[in-house]
Amino acid sequence: MAKIREIAEVCKSKNAGPFELTIDVVFKEAAMFERVRAAKILGPQLFARLYGVNAEDVLFTEYPAGCAFKATIPRAVSSGDVGDTDVYGAQQHAPLLEVDIPL
Amino acid sequence: MIATAEFRLLSTSGLLGYGFPEASLAAGIARNPQMIGVDGGSTDPGPYYLGSGKTVNSSRAMKRDLQLMLGAALAAKIPLVIGSCGGAGSNPHLDIVAGLVREIARERGLHFRLAVIRAEQDKASVKRRLAEGAIAPLRVSPQLDDATIDRAAHITAMMGPEPYMRALDAGAQVVLAGRSSDPASWAACAMRAGLPPAPSWYAGKFLECGATAAVPKGHDCLFTAVGEDHVVVEATNPIRRCTPSSCANHSLHENASPNIFVEPGGILDATDVRFEAVSDRAVKISGMQWKPMPYTNKLEGAEFVGYRAITICGTRDPLLIARLDDFLESVREATVFKASGIEIAPDEYTLLFRVYGKNGVMGAREPVREIRSHELGILAEVVAPTQEIASAVLALARVSLLHTDFEGRLCREGNMAFPYSPSDIVTEPAYRFSIFHVVTPKDPYEMFPIEYEAV
Repeated sequence: MAKIREIAEVCKSKNAGPFELTIDVVFKEAAMFERVRAAKILGPQLFARLYGVNAEDVLFTEYPAGCAFKATIPRAVSSGDVGDTDVYGAQQHAPLLEVDIPL
Repeated sequence: MIATAEFRLLSTSGLLGYGFPEASLAAGIARNPQMIGVDGGSTDPGPYYLGSGKTVNSSRAMKRDLQLMLGAALAAKIPLVIGSCGGAGSNPHLDIVAGLVREIARERGLHFRLAVIRAEQDKASVKRRLAEGAIAPLRVSPQLDDATIDRAAHITAMMGPEPYMRALDAGAQVVLAGRSSDPASWAACAMRAGLPPAPSWYAGKFLECGATAAVPKGHDCLFTAVGEDHVVVEATNPIRRCTPSSCANHSLHENASPNIFVEPGGILDATDVRFEAVSDRAVKISGMQWKPMPYTNKLEGAEFVGYRAITICGTRDPLLIARLDDFLESVREATVFKASGIEIAPDEYTLLFRVYGKNGVMGAREPVREIRSHELGILAEVVAPTQEIASAVLALARVSLLHTDFEGRLCREGNMAFPYSPSDIVTEPAYRFSIFHVVTPKDPYEMFPIEYEAV
């Protein structure tokens, strides 16, 4: 087992427009990307659970060219609206850091 | 067009006013670019800028970048092309940037043909398009009706490359455009030179961010050559390198998908792109495809929400931290009670407490429930229809934070440390994004009038 924080090269979040949030995890080597892909932990269900959204609202993309996985989810509050906590969406990645991947 | 044809573009940074090293611009000019540009805008800093008409970067910072770029472009006899001027790219933003360009020209005795392309949409036309069924929601969009359109402070449409191409065809040496799809200004120049849409649009995806795709990242210049079936990207500053992995990772940036980009008139499909190093600093990218689709432009609008006052304070009291949720509920009740005493009803304002050290960053999505910190930062906020109400309620919330009793309280002189006097802070008003849709125009030009001017 290894946590994402121990094996990823990049783990980040950002707005994808004002109404969606996109979360990326990038691995340094194709081999690690493939091992994580084979573990089948990263997917719409995981992001739905981590962020409290419906799995059908998660746009999940495997991106072998960048050794990366991307998940895009609806924001809880649109960027900058009253009650938003993160206008740029740049600090919403932390729950993913703690996810265990059986390697 | 011969197979070896290429078009060379130079981007100075990710946003007008971010700044860039002069040496990077000189190194870029030495590569004989056929245009210079910079992206001017984004929705990223939030709805305030579109709503208020204010620019994201200061006029001073934008003028510095414009001076260098304008001088370089006119000396090299190549166009200067800037999209989404001033941040949100509605009329006030565009007029500020156009004003700076005219000011520089006056100060330096520069003369050129200027095109200003507007992207602001009047409300009557947006209502007509809505009634005609020409407006559709995106994957996540707010409800749109006539009342929403009436409430909007500004509405822009996001132009594609066609208005830029028309302005350049008309001899414009400097093109300043309102809200645009970020890659559109670059794609316009490459397509106008006869190159296909796929590499032209793809080049724009990199150029609009300046040297962001390089390592180390920084606000700096990116040089890009567009060929028939590929693009080559290279940062002009020798300290930055574009590598296959830095470029692949850049494709993830700020987009819902790394592979599919919906643009005016088509979809840029990057599913099969290949990244190859052509040197230790430059990357060739090929395999992108363009799939023509019915022509659409994105619509963006922002509306006024209310006036805002805030206060920032902190507690170091472990007894209070242990009862934080109950305490804040008591503070809320005390504030509501006192506000009703000065004839302000609860439905006249929104009162929020943000607790840093608990869930200030992630709010309800925070998975960590217990508080692990020995101190907490509290940001209290009131949003109301008038500044007078917002400030009055905030003052009551502040005093209630300081003095409300809680069970087991020992800190009887005050619950909070306030770093400032005055502790109550009036902020700029609050706005929200209220329109985020797509519109099908009659043609790619009709929503974007072009004004020409001899400067």
